[in-house]
Amino acid sequence: MALSLMEGNEAIAWGAITSGCKFFAGYPITPATTIFNTMLKLLPYEGGICLQGEDEIASIGSCLGASMAGLKVMTATSGPGISLYSEHISFAIGSEIPIVIVDVQRLGPSTGSATRGADGDILFLRWGNSSGLPVIVLAPVDVKDCFSLTIHAFNLAEEFRCPVFIASNKEVAMTKEGIDMGAIPRPEIKERMNPPPGEPFLPFGVPAERKVPYFLPIGDNVLIRQTSSTHGPDGYITTDPDEIGKNQERLKEKLVSAVDRFSYYEAHIEDDADTLILTYGVTARAAREAVKGQKGEGKPVSLLVLKTLWPVPEELIKEKSKHVNRVVVVEMNLGQYVREIERILSDKEVSFLGQMDGRLITPRQIKEFINNV
Amino acid sequence: MYNGLLNKSRPPAFCPGCSHERIAHVLDKSFQKMGLRNNQVVMVSDIGCSGLFDTFFNTHALHGLHGRALTYATGLKLALPELNVIITMGDGGMGIGGAHFLSACRRNLNLTLLVLNNFNFGMTGGQFSATTPSEALTGSGFLNRLERPLDVCEVAVSAGATYATRCSAYRKDLAEEIVHAVRHQGFSVIDIWGVCTGRFSKRNSLTPQAIEDRLAKLPRREGVVSENMRQEYGRHYRELAGSQKPALPPTEIEAKYAPPEPGRQDIMMLGSAGQRIVTAGEILCYAGLIAGLRTTQKNDYPITVLRGHSVSEVILSPEEIDFTVVDKPAVIVAIGQEGVDRRKNAFDDLDGDTLIIQADGVDVPSNNAKMQRMNFKEQGIKKQDWALASLSVLAKLKRVISLDMLKGALDIRFKDPVRSSASDLVDRVEPGDTHL
Repeated sequence: MALSLMEGNEAIAWGAITSGCKFFAGYPITPATTIFNTMLKLLPYEGGICLQGEDEIASIGSCLGASMAGLKVMTATSGPGISLYSEHISFAIGSEIPIVIVDVQRLGPSTGSATRGADGDILFLRWGNSSGLPVIVLAPVDVKDCFSLTIHAFNLAEEFRCPVFIASNKEVAMTKEGIDMGAIPRPEIKERMNPPPGEPFLPFGVPAERKVPYFLPIGDNVLIRQTSSTHGPDGYITTDPDEIGKNQERLKEKLVSAVDRFSYYEAHIEDDADTLILTYGVTARAAREAVKGQKGEGKPVSLLVLKTLWPVPEELIKEKSKHVNRVVVVEMNLGQYVREIERILSDKEVSFLGQMDGRLITPRQIKEFINNV
Repeated sequence: MYNGLLNKSRPPAFCPGCSHERIAHVLDKSFQKMGLRNNQVVMVSDIGCSGLFDTFFNTHALHGLHGRALTYATGLKLALPELNVIITMGDGGMGIGGAHFLSACRRNLNLTLLVLNNFNFGMTGGQFSATTPSEALTGSGFLNRLERPLDVCEVAVSAGATYATRCSAYRKDLAEEIVHAVRHQGFSVIDIWGVCTGRFSKRNSLTPQAIEDRLAKLPRREGVVSENMRQEYGRHYRELAGSQKPALPPTEIEAKYAPPEPGRQDIMMLGSAGQRIVTAGEILCYAGLIAGLRTTQKNDYPITVLRGHSVSEVILSPEEIDFTVVDKPAVIVAIGQEGVDRRKNAFDDLDGDTLIIQADGVDVPSNNAKMQRMNFKEQGIKKQDWALASLSVLAKLKRVISLDMLKGALDIRFKDPVRSSASDLVDRVEPGDTHL
């Protein structure tokens, strides 16, 4: 075993390089800046492009252009930048442009506190687009996850032609850890699916057996049209309500129907526990410690750490909570994802522990909540 | 037979008399003059009536959001240097995407921007744009009388554009001019003045002749801006990127030594800016890694560097570390008042299991920990070395780290001559006595 000292942001950059990322554009913002710094160290030598955009809108816009040219792309920012990304997130959703977007969350609202952690963007990432169509959001717990979930994020973006978010947090991003890089499982790298040769190709044509169009890049011999406007299979504007409606359904279904394949999680299920702690991100680390403490005291509780937040892995949540009566949702905000849990587990007692003051929720707080509330 | 790149099944369809339609045909003529094939061109179109251009051409096409065409074009061109990237944008897109226009001028990436300037928002009802004359009658009531119109070319030149032309849509040799702009190695912009018959010229008298008259009153702006000429961005990027050194992979550290104490050790380093607290915390992490321990490091310092507190929390543990906040520290290094004040609560509830290394002149809250009072100044150690000197004290007291671990960490973190001077400093420090 050999250990390397690395922070979460560096691990995301290494994950991107491992995935074959060839284009990064970003605008400096604490606590995401060290992703940009690391990409700038790694990417130009690898023959890739690292661009400092004039603002966040330009950064993600140039990523969308480069992605349409066939490159794997990533951008990184924090809450104020995600706000500016919104129009292009909508573009990437509706026009099926693969992109990995890192949100290193800091305490909001607005400029908030640059160096304080939070998980305040969890609903914003899901719903911060015009149309409300789904996106994929993955949430790392630690530096190892930053590396491996970034590879998953690229794979999912390429496979489903959609934006994939990494919902990081200052407390994961800027905390250094000794990690064994060799021991981190590395998912197989996936590429965009090109159409089978010899068949007529339309930029948004979807064969009956698929939910995602094949991809050819702008610059190919086949002419490619891309547009942010409501389009038919040929990439031209359509006004046909049936065609429009069918396409919107497909954009939703391509992700929601497949989430069981990418429901990443960590679970510690105790047979005789009546309570399940459900959490995600850095808070999972406090929860792990609380769960160990409870077990040591002979009052075991179960733990489910979600690493795929959107689309909601409903089957997973139902399965892991089936033996308990009570689910305690712990989040570094004033109650966001708990709404989904209340919806899915309407037959159970769902309670919420949250905090939004820049401090981590402690194992002690979680234990007190479990035992006294 | 080569018939140009216009889309035969979707011919340009603008309001009767609109100069956009003329420009579409002229652009195709310029493609024909250059003999470009359809897969050698991408049309990137902005918002409004100029945003329809991508559909009229049988080329690659990208139409996106209002004002952002230059951002997509930048990504496309950097990824595909051989592709001819033509952007059509109106005076509306110029206003909303002004920052992108300035950046495109400053970067000098080989893009061709055609500003289809018809002095108003045609599509949304003739509201005023960034180029609308103050005296014009618009769909924005009196509001345009309050603002001054922008001169696209003057802005371009002051922002560093290497090619800028201001001309009429009715200019006879517009196709040749577009060919020059496309062939220019760098960012080129043509500010093409035209008539919006649907909206603008209904209430304002604007004719091709009136455009000529207005242009004649302005200083001529045509073609290469010699004072701005420089390397094209993409080529320059690839040149500089090609000379970058490969980044070293993350250093992998094998366990060589055993730690002096069993179990998890939490260390809090409290200092002031400039005391190299973060570096010392990192050295502590490396010392742990070289003993096969898990480590985490969390730092806290203000956004403005060079002043204020500097705090580093380091945990070393033979087990996986879950929660990363130092709870009951094995050691507190108190070498700067600002750091101590920042974390004064850390001194509550301490007992004899905790060792505090207290630098002379730093006050700490009353507590029940063991004290190691250090007069580093007397030992001739400069303030910026007190953090490293404190690690030496720990190693010599066999607390948390051993001297081997510390020296090993210095070998990983530093190269000579810094490594050897750090090592000398570590040797020199005398820890003295510990007090209860």
